[in-house]
Amino acid sequence: MSPLLQVRDLKVHFPVRTGGIVVGKYAPLKAVDGVSFDLAAGETLGIVGESGCGKSTLGRAVLQLLPATAGSVAWLGTELTALDKDEMRARRRDLQIVFQDPLASLDPRMTAGDIIAEPLRNFHPALSSSERKARVQKMMGEVGLLPGMVNRYPHEFSGGQCQRIGIARAMILRPKLIVCDEPVSALDVSIRAQVINLLMELQRAHGLSMLFISHDLAVVRHISHRVMVLYLGRVMELAPQDLLYAKPLHPYTQALLTAVPVPDPVRERAKPRTVLLGDPPSPLNPPSGCVFRTRCPHATSVCTDVVPPLETAEGGHTVACHHWRKIGGYVMPGS
Amino acid sequence: MSDMAVALPEIEGRSLWQDAWRRLRANRAAVASLVILAVIAIASIVGPELLTWKYDQIDWDHVEAAPPNFAAGHYLGTDSIGRDLLARVLFGGRVSLMVGVLATAVALLIGVTVGTVAGYIGGRTDQLLMRLVDLLYSVPLTFFVIILMVTFGRNFILMFLAIGAVEWLTMARIVRGQTLTLRTREFIEAARAAGGSTPAIILRHIVPNVLGMVIVYVTLTIPQVILLESFLSFLGLGIQEPMTSWGMLINDGAAELEVTPRTLIVPAIFMTVTLFCFNFLGDGLRDALDPKDR
Ligand code: SF4
Repeated sequence: MSPLLQVRDLKVHFPVRTGGIVVGKYAPLKAVDGVSFDLAAGETLGIVGESGCGKSTLGRAVLQLLPATAGSVAWLGTELTALDKDEMRARRRDLQIVFQDPLASLDPRMTAGDIIAEPLRNFHPALSSSERKARVQKMMGEVGLLPGMVNRYPHEFSGGQCQRIGIARAMILRPKLIVCDEPVSALDVSIRAQVINLLMELQRAHGLSMLFISHDLAVVRHISHRVMVLYLGRVMELAPQDLLYAKPLHPYTQALLTAVPVPDPVRERAKPRTVLLGDPPSPLNPPSGCVFRTRCPHATSVCTDVVPPLETAEGGHTVACHHWRKIGGYVMPGS
Repeated sequence: MSDMAVALPEIEGRSLWQDAWRRLRANRAAVASLVILAVIAIASIVGPELLTWKYDQIDWDHVEAAPPNFAAGHYLGTDSIGRDLLARVLFGGRVSLMVGVLATAVALLIGVTVGTVAGYIGGRTDQLLMRLVDLLYSVPLTFFVIILMVTFGRNFILMFLAIGAVEWLTMARIVRGQTLTLRTREFIEAARAAGGSTPAIILRHIVPNVLGMVIVYVTLTIPQVILLESFLSFLGLGIQEPMTSWGMLINDGAAELEVTPRTLIVPAIFMTVTLFCFNFLGDGLRDALDPKDR
């Protein structure tokens, strides 16, 4: 079965002014630099990384909300980057997004009902207003909003409710793919689980494919089938969720995972640590060879000179590191 | 949760406009202003037809600014050459309000269209439109007016053209600035992701969000236009004696301030009240259009 979404060597570079008085000097900021992955129907791919690693940019570039500099995004075999504006607009029926900041992503001058109905207006303009209303009400029920809330404005809702409105808007067309861009990181910890469970329920009920972008490893583990680790716009490791969390191969993933506290003081203390040294380097001027080498405890001279290719390990595990065999998958305690 | 949903009655959808109207009605100053404006407008439209004296009719028995005389039908007296002051003020109101409202409406339409399109689409379109605005800005109004007069001769319509051509420029700039900041907001990106076309996004999201700002500017523009009209009439473009407008009446009245202050005060009161009402109404509308402000 061919995958729903096929991304190959996707690059998104932004020109950033670095100097020059009259004629500006520009350097490319490589937010996403050669990312490839496939997504099957009904699958959730988690995308993790520190802030600024390009994960949000990647999500937007897949949906063509940002123009890709190079590479290909194929949706059901159609190359999205080659479509013109109107053709792309027609595809948006299947490709939706849930944003990070629930309030900012809702028009302050529209009622909840109008916001949720907007995709219907775009794609089913012939729908009568009562049919539209009925579908909005049904959708609101599905995401756990009361019908009496249709006339309220976004600022009258809590963050969690706003995100439910955002999810309802994304879901009302019954899309095939939803990109969730940090959908819970702006929410209270107490309601994160509800929103995550809602997303998982909807995904199961409708066989959705999902790109779930987050910096929170625990959340990603809960929701994803496969997980991709990004660093400075490049893929470090891509593996099925259970494998990645149990036996991370890449030094960066290992460092990320050991930073997550284990809820058991004995095991927590016994846990080996790979400490991340310093801050990630500027994406304007990424290190040569392996982009992670400035913070990697295993770096050698080959890491400086050669970009590590993505190599395949067992069980659909892929990793971009020269020394992954030597470092060895290290088994996470307690998993 | 689901049985709660069933228990609730059928809910009517409301639009921003219905909500705005409901909120506007709750604002006393705005409602009072609306009523006063309506009264002045109706009086200006039908008043001159009902009065005994016409605006250009000279009453030879009451020349030289006679004081109010109810028996003769001069409720506010006459002006320096014996024309009924009330008839003139009401007729002037017709002209002033028409110019104020129509010219502002034209400026609003062009300004908002150009501003939102330039701001939202950006790039070349923006550059082109804004250079056009700069260009028109740099043409002095008097010069522009003289050119219009020379090419088309004296004409009432030209006044609208001249005023419209000047007033939409600032509007376009303001709207463009607002649109530029709106464009980067996430809900606009969300609208694009939801499959909205450019015109749909401009109409559904950009325009309602710049409207509050625009309405305040409109209430500032109407007085400006009314004053501009008297200036243009003074230059000989626009209306001519015996036709009149508030601006012209005030001009004439000011010349006779020491002899008969009444001829200045009466049109001045009409104009001031009108302008005040527009301001209050504008404030009220801005608040009414902002759902966060209940
Ligand atoms: S390639 Fe070298 S620097 Fe990069 S992660 Fe592997 S060991 Fe570290």
